[in-house]
Amino acid sequence: MSELIPSPLALNPDPVLNVEITEELISQHGILPDEYEQILKILGRVPNLTELGIFSVMWSEHCAYKNTRKLLRLFPTEKQDKESIGQVLVKAGDENAGVIDVGEGWGVAFKIESHNHPSAIEPFEGAATGVGGIVRDIFTMGARPILLTNSLRFGNLETKQVKRLFRGVVSGISHYGNCLGIPNMGGDVYFDDCYEGNPLVNALCAGVLRHEDIQKGAATGVGNPVYYVGPGTGRDGLGGASFASRELTEESAEDRPAVQKGDPFMEKLLLEACLEMMAIPGLVVGIQDMGAAGLTCSTCETASRGNSGIEIDLDLVPQRETGMNSYEIMLSESQERMLVIVKKGRERELEEVFEKWDLHAAHIGEVKNGDRMVVRHKGVVVADLPAKSLTDEAPVYDQPSKEPVHVTEARTWTDKSTPDIEIDSVEDALKNLLGHPTIASKRWVWQQYDHMVMSGCKIEPGSDAGVVRLSIAGIDKYLAIANDCNNRFCYLDPYKGAQIAFVECMRNLACSGAKALAVTDNLNFGNPNKPEAYYMLKECVKGLADACAFFDVPVVGGNVSLYNEHGDGAIDPTPVVSMVGLIDTQEQVTRSQIEEPGLAIVLLGGLPNELGGSYYLQTQFNKKEGKVPEVNLENEKNLQDLLLSQIEQGRIRAAHDLAEGGLLVGLSEMLFSETNLGAKISISSNENVGRLDALLFGESQGRVLVAVSSADLDDLRKTSDLAAVSYHLLGKSDETGKIDLEVDERIISSLDVGDLKSVWANAIPNHMEPTKD
Amino acid sequence: MSILQFPGSNCDWDAEHAVEDILNVPAARIWHKDKLPSETEAVIVPGGFSFGDYLRCGAIARFSPIMNDLKEFSEKGGQVLGICNGFQILCESGLLPGALIRNECIDFRCLNQELKVEDSNEYFNTKILGGKLVLPIAHGEGNFRADEATLSSLEENDQILLRYESNPNGSMNDIAGIRNSTGNVYGMMPHPERAVAPHHPCLDGLPVLKAFLAPLLTSRPTEISSS
Repeated sequence: MSELIPSPLALNPDPVLNVEITEELISQHGILPDEYEQILKILGRVPNLTELGIFSVMWSEHCAYKNTRKLLRLFPTEKQDKESIGQVLVKAGDENAGVIDVGEGWGVAFKIESHNHPSAIEPFEGAATGVGGIVRDIFTMGARPILLTNSLRFGNLETKQVKRLFRGVVSGISHYGNCLGIPNMGGDVYFDDCYEGNPLVNALCAGVLRHEDIQKGAATGVGNPVYYVGPGTGRDGLGGASFASRELTEESAEDRPAVQKGDPFMEKLLLEACLEMMAIPGLVVGIQDMGAAGLTCSTCETASRGNSGIEIDLDLVPQRETGMNSYEIMLSESQERMLVIVKKGRERELEEVFEKWDLHAAHIGEVKNGDRMVVRHKGVVVADLPAKSLTDEAPVYDQPSKEPVHVTEARTWTDKSTPDIEIDSVEDALKNLLGHPTIASKRWVWQQYDHMVMSGCKIEPGSDAGVVRLSIAGIDKYLAIANDCNNRFCYLDPYKGAQIAFVECMRNLACSGAKALAVTDNLNFGNPNKPEAYYMLKECVKGLADACAFFDVPVVGGNVSLYNEHGDGAIDPTPVVSMVGLIDTQEQVTRSQIEEPGLAIVLLGGLPNELGGSYYLQTQFNKKEGKVPEVNLENEKNLQDLLLSQIEQGRIRAAHDLAEGGLLVGLSEMLFSETNLGAKISISSNENVGRLDALLFGESQGRVLVAVSSADLDDLRKTSDLAAVSYHLLGKSDETGKIDLEVDERIISSLDVGDLKSVWANAIPNHMEPTKD
Repeated sequence: MSILQFPGSNCDWDAEHAVEDILNVPAARIWHKDKLPSETEAVIVPGGFSFGDYLRCGAIARFSPIMNDLKEFSEKGGQVLGICNGFQILCESGLLPGALIRNECIDFRCLNQELKVEDSNEYFNTKILGGKLVLPIAHGEGNFRADEATLSSLEENDQILLRYESNPNGSMNDIAGIRNSTGNVYGMMPHPERAVAPHHPCLDGLPVLKAFLAPLLTSRPTEISSS
């Protein structure tokens, strides 16, 4: 260690903070010895305990992305296409959320963020505050939030513990989002043993704003006042930082919730007050929400972005508990708070808005010359740090990586050891798939979410993508949103798995008629210090980055959640991809369900022929193995371009992408409308599919089922040929209520659609009935 | 038309959009601390979570300053429609009888709900509205309760406006919406304002809103009939 110069700062008014900084304290703060050396160099002295706490949260993975920052640079963050340059209005990492142009002077701000660990401990509050956090990120940008979605992952739904987590998370999301009055368009939910004890709760919010109304999270203009708005600060969420608070005070930390407590009503007031304030021209200089690392993060990040210094006085911070010391106030993660920098001399304008909404607006400090973040408490300077040292100078690591053995094995897997399916077993296999909670209807989830508020819901949850009309912006365009990530593929082949998440997501948008605009991603992985886990992370990022570059769909923001481990190891790699797209007219909005008889059903993209990694292997053989299906980005592009052009021409009556469960699952889902439809399907596999199971249940990529009227069939076939997209006419929808299926003139089965639908619709409600807990 | 705005209201924009942009009736949102404008001809108390639904849904909103104006307005025969949380507020403030408690299924329910229209009065009946409607519902506390005497007087006086086809929340007598005895104050859990435009799931909210406004339209029939 370098020579230790003691802190020149005066003693902290709270004696418990005037302890010697020991190696034990440093390690309890999750700071590595080398990182501590760097802190000593930056300060030229020993930090005090408040400062050590500040470094620990700002240099945590959550705030500093220290294990992923280098990898994240692989993501394209701007459009490459010359005509679309400038479409990204705010780039990833620059502000609280990215913003993309949607035309007519409007932009969409959107971002996804995880709240995995809090939700594992306290599912209701963890998930609720996850929603709260991401909504603040969006309105901080100046945007009116218009939709929410979630990506959720749980363990096996058979177990009591998972039921409790699932129920808690869904009601937490429902409680918070419904109260805010932002439509929740559902999202995706997967169930897999790997998430046992470590559920994933990723929450996404999107909002609309005028280009000229984009707000910055920067503290600029020396002398401008710094305001704290929102409810008072308490000790909640302190446990979320890297240091347990009980070492600091004599009270027991067990009495306090480690997870923050959300108050959606408070957030609604804050949302309305902030939007009202931001609508006053020229008033707001900078604004940032107090999320992770609360007051600490918002002050040093705004100062750092603004190339300014900042000074705050903790005596002026509204507090809802007595006797809080500087460490606690700076590290609290109390919810629904914001930091606002306004133009000097116009303070009253801000205060009037917050008075109207009965919220605190406390003038706690001001923007200063220089680069220091100075914190006072009870007349004493308790922290004095260069703001940029906490943000830009945070350590960045390359970790060693090593391909796990199972990935190597998966590459050389063959389906030889798996017997092909018997014709008699097709119906049972299909029902097993439809009844798997990952594939089954998620109505139980989304009927608890208000997806119709704001009067914009165009396609309700449960279709390939959620679609809302941009009514609030007064424009007749439709925003589509889809989330995707099949962890099984990512586990077996992280590069391809991440690409599949991307192309499936984009295909979901295309099926709803939407052109993809941009991506936000949530990288959920295990401990990056384990070479195998880091390898998975690295490969997933590469796969995703390459797909983004190929399709010229940039990443405009996202989140990283590492250390998702529980019991016997890490979760499967789960790089959740969320994509927004735009549909220009109402006529082009396309659903996945067929609503009328007599429509031709066509498979675009070729007959499926790969079994590896499929849900069929899971439900029939309890296996997570195999060679992950091929991803051909060129073919995928041809397919999606064709689909979109056919939708534009009004030929597509319904479109559904093939994903988990393969062809028969996809076909069944298309027929699960309110009307009792059926279909006569005859597949001729003259190009030799080989295996029946791979044809019916394999999860080959780049496949879409479409329904078109017979009159349009010829045109569709010709255009498909021209576009080099494989075309198979499978049959026709009818009113029989049955799927009559034959393959190469062999009758396979006659499946009752009502039966199938009942399996699919009731799987999750049956698990969740109180009597079965 | 005045649309009341309480802290936590979140269907105020929807109501304004439906009334002003679709029905072409001028509408303004009125903050709960302000006075009800004297030119007000009808009031919508919109849905949402007024005051976070703390204590009981609508229980705090009833003490808002504007509620005195609203009472006065309704006593003079002014048309008032409470939707969802607005219905809860009207019940809490005594402008409508009964109470709305937690759904029997406990959970929040958001879906397109089939409803049966009742022959309630000259404006709201099956002849004008048809026998059945589909309207969105979205609530956790829409379970209508009343004592036996109240319930039977509601039934006898034809004060029921709408009933659920398959009861989603456990409401007594499947009640989804009621009116007061004088017929100028309406309350319903379904959201007619979410079913008025081509991009909505259906257009069944239009006749419901028109029926509510009908008593006012006798003097100005052209304004609304065009839409």
